[in-house]
Amino acid sequence: MQTNLADFIRHTAEGAEADSILRSCVHCGFCTATCPTYQLLGDELDGPRGRIYLIKQVLEGTPPAHATQLHLDRCLTCRSCETTCPSGVRFGRLLDIGRHVVETQVGRTVVDRALRKLLRTILPYRNRFGPLLRCGQVFRGMMPPVLKKMTPPRVAAAPWPDNRHQREMLVLNGCVQPAIAPNINSDTARVLDRLGIRLITTNDGCCGALSQHLNAREEALKFIRRNVDTWWPHIEAGVEAIVSTASGCGVMLKDYGYLLREDPGYADKAAKISALTRDISEILETEDLKKLRPNTKLRVAFQSPCSLQHGLRLTGRVERILTSLGFSLVAVPDAHLCCGSAGTYSILNPTISSQLKKNKLEALGSGAPDVIATANIGCLSHLQSEASVPVVHWISLVADS
Amino acid sequence: MSTPASQFKEPLESVRARVADDLRAVVAAESVLSDIESLRPYECDGLSAYRKLPLVVVLPDRIEQVQEVARYCFKNDIPIVARGAGTGLSGGALPIENGVILSLAKFNRVLKIDAQNRTAVVQPGVRNLAISEAVAHLDLYYAPDPSSQIACTIGGNVAENAGGLHCLKYGLTVHNILKLKIVTVDGDLVTIGSDALDSPGYDLLSILTGSEGLLGIIVEVTVKLLPKPECARVIMASFDDIEKAGNAVGNIIAAGIIPGGLEMMDNAAIRATEDFVHAGYDVEAAAILLCELDGIPDEVEDDIESVKVVLAQSGYTQMQIAENEAQRQLFWSGRKAAFPAVGRISPDYYCIDGTIPRRALGSVLNKITELSKEYGLRVVNVFHAGDGNLHPLILYDGNVEGDLEKTELLAARILQLCIEVGGTITGEHGVGMEKIDQMCVQFDSLELTQFHAVKEAFDEKRLLNPDKAVPTLHRCAEFGAMHVHKGQLKFPEIERF
Repeated sequence: MQTNLADFIRHTAEGAEADSILRSCVHCGFCTATCPTYQLLGDELDGPRGRIYLIKQVLEGTPPAHATQLHLDRCLTCRSCETTCPSGVRFGRLLDIGRHVVETQVGRTVVDRALRKLLRTILPYRNRFGPLLRCGQVFRGMMPPVLKKMTPPRVAAAPWPDNRHQREMLVLNGCVQPAIAPNINSDTARVLDRLGIRLITTNDGCCGALSQHLNAREEALKFIRRNVDTWWPHIEAGVEAIVSTASGCGVMLKDYGYLLREDPGYADKAAKISALTRDISEILETEDLKKLRPNTKLRVAFQSPCSLQHGLRLTGRVERILTSLGFSLVAVPDAHLCCGSAGTYSILNPTISSQLKKNKLEALGSGAPDVIATANIGCLSHLQSEASVPVVHWISLVADS
Repeated sequence: MSTPASQFKEPLESVRARVADDLRAVVAAESVLSDIESLRPYECDGLSAYRKLPLVVVLPDRIEQVQEVARYCFKNDIPIVARGAGTGLSGGALPIENGVILSLAKFNRVLKIDAQNRTAVVQPGVRNLAISEAVAHLDLYYAPDPSSQIACTIGGNVAENAGGLHCLKYGLTVHNILKLKIVTVDGDLVTIGSDALDSPGYDLLSILTGSEGLLGIIVEVTVKLLPKPECARVIMASFDDIEKAGNAVGNIIAAGIIPGGLEMMDNAAIRATEDFVHAGYDVEAAAILLCELDGIPDEVEDDIESVKVVLAQSGYTQMQIAENEAQRQLFWSGRKAAFPAVGRISPDYYCIDGTIPRRALGSVLNKITELSKEYGLRVVNVFHAGDGNLHPLILYDGNVEGDLEKTELLAARILQLCIEVGGTITGEHGVGMEKIDQMCVQFDSLELTQFHAVKEAFDEKRLLNPDKAVPTLHRCAEFGAMHVHKGQLKFPEIERF
């Protein structure tokens, strides 16, 4: 596509990157077909091609107004469009740049700013979100239905195995997952233990994705550097991999190298961490799973998170693992579409989010499963608020024997 | 013939505000776009080289709203350009400065599936592929499959009479629909065609199909469905010479075989798509042919043997038969994504779809290569070889001054070449804005006058997608066209510059 970037960005590194992304787009519109918001709203402005156009306009010097911001905000960043795009347009990256420029130029209302700040102040911190959730869970019985739905019931975690193995891997704790579903990582540790791998946990924190997607880039980098510092001694000691049990965080970890590429003190370390990062499905698919004997009597509907299939491009892996272990998987139509969770999207865009959730639950339920399995904590808590069957991380099914 | 109506006397911005306000009484406020920022992404369709800001964009979601919008525009002499997914490649949905873009994208529901009669009633904004997906559980599908089928809508398919990979055997859109509901320029809802194969009176269904939004606004389509072939297999053959591949196409058809699809890609197209799909294409080949055979297993086996013989006689260098369904899909996926995949090797491309007799494939492809050198622009060829429907993609860089103009000249030369060998300027993409000048070459003024008479029978005020598809005689005079009729240039002895 023809471009003519404005002076304010033309000669910056970001400008050059945005220009090359824009020029790779040939405006074919294939992306609109798999975009959840375009399918719902039918407006060019709510599809990737329209958003690219909106961003192009701003980068070419037209001052944006509220409309551009609204339509960029409505993007789930599911990156389904990237999977569909034959021209290789890196939409997620362009959107990051576009959102940043637009926010700088348009700003936000006081209420909007406050809400975003609140999310950023609570969610990424285990010692803040955890107690708040506990508090909510204590009073869950007395809550009005709306709030009750939003507060997941307390989940117990199985004890972390204490066996020593020669092979060691490190797992990301992250922020909200230990509070909402502490069982996921302990189940992962139990599965890996059976495979002869010790899973190490550290005092890490939020991966930084939450801040990054709320356009607080410096804050995101702080979280990233903190995790790099926390993990580095273990990496020097030779851990085999950094395991992510939330695909949303996994995408972020694999981006560490890119995001810190211009920080001389961290670039190499961050790149190493990205190279070592594996989604738990990537670990299991290379191991001998005969050692695992899960209880496979449940019919499973697998919800493939966008971060897993479009971000990490690991489509079909979990399904293959579950099938090879003996689980029966039901067919899920429109598996490429987002469930509407998308990080803080469900809070910031509740109408679109709940419609997508409804559609997703219908699709997941169409094969009458006993359980819904997913691979990301955001999708898990989002779907379980209204699902009629239990929603679990798939590794918990594998751990259950 | 009058010029398009609605010559406003007041400034455009105040007209815009007034029309938007009026339309907000018809559809939800957020379904009328009138700020420049929101209009910009609607300034072009899949042909982004041509751009024009519309007056307003309106996104109705009920037929009555479409009727209301039409009535309002009719009364106020405002042109209407209907738009589906905006994937068209001829600028058919290119806006008009003083006209409304009427988007039908919100009409995206499959209304009724009749397995017994093998038909489906769908809204115009339903994606082509979504129809086949919706009936897959009945082992049925909708046959026309343009390469953009993942995104393009059935309404747009009807408007352009879209074809696709399988139209060689199963026909174009016109052969696969039964009935349309259209909203006329003055807002009436009219049903055209019927649930039966024939209906009394003139065959208006055929006139409407491919009318490029000039005669009515399509608001509902009844499509025919076909049973999925019991068996489908695809052969991929490489050639070291593009002319040999072209001749192989003619030889296959001449041997009495009608493949489900018969497609050709040249080296540049092979390389670009292989990069995206990793289908195992032979990246060293000058051209590859993809030949699909479908039917009952015995028939397919027989056909495969016959095609193998023909390909051998035609001098292939390598041949591979897809071993399973997954590989068959993979072979096709590269072909279907070929256009946009070219985005990986060039910032912009310009696609034309001249159609020629199969026997001329080899010579025309060689001539295109010569022209490509003459103009210094790369041309990628990926096309429906079986029906001679070429799709030369001219690669250019919109950021280089003069590149687009040079591209348009080359495109005109290629289309003229198609006419000279007895072909036409469009096989399935429509004329739109892109090939309007070549219409002056393809048809003489008497013929064009008749086309205008058809237009006026439906739309006397010329408000529906005016000035597209059929050029005014005035435009042709300005274009200074050489009239080539039925492959015959008039006064061929006169030297032309």
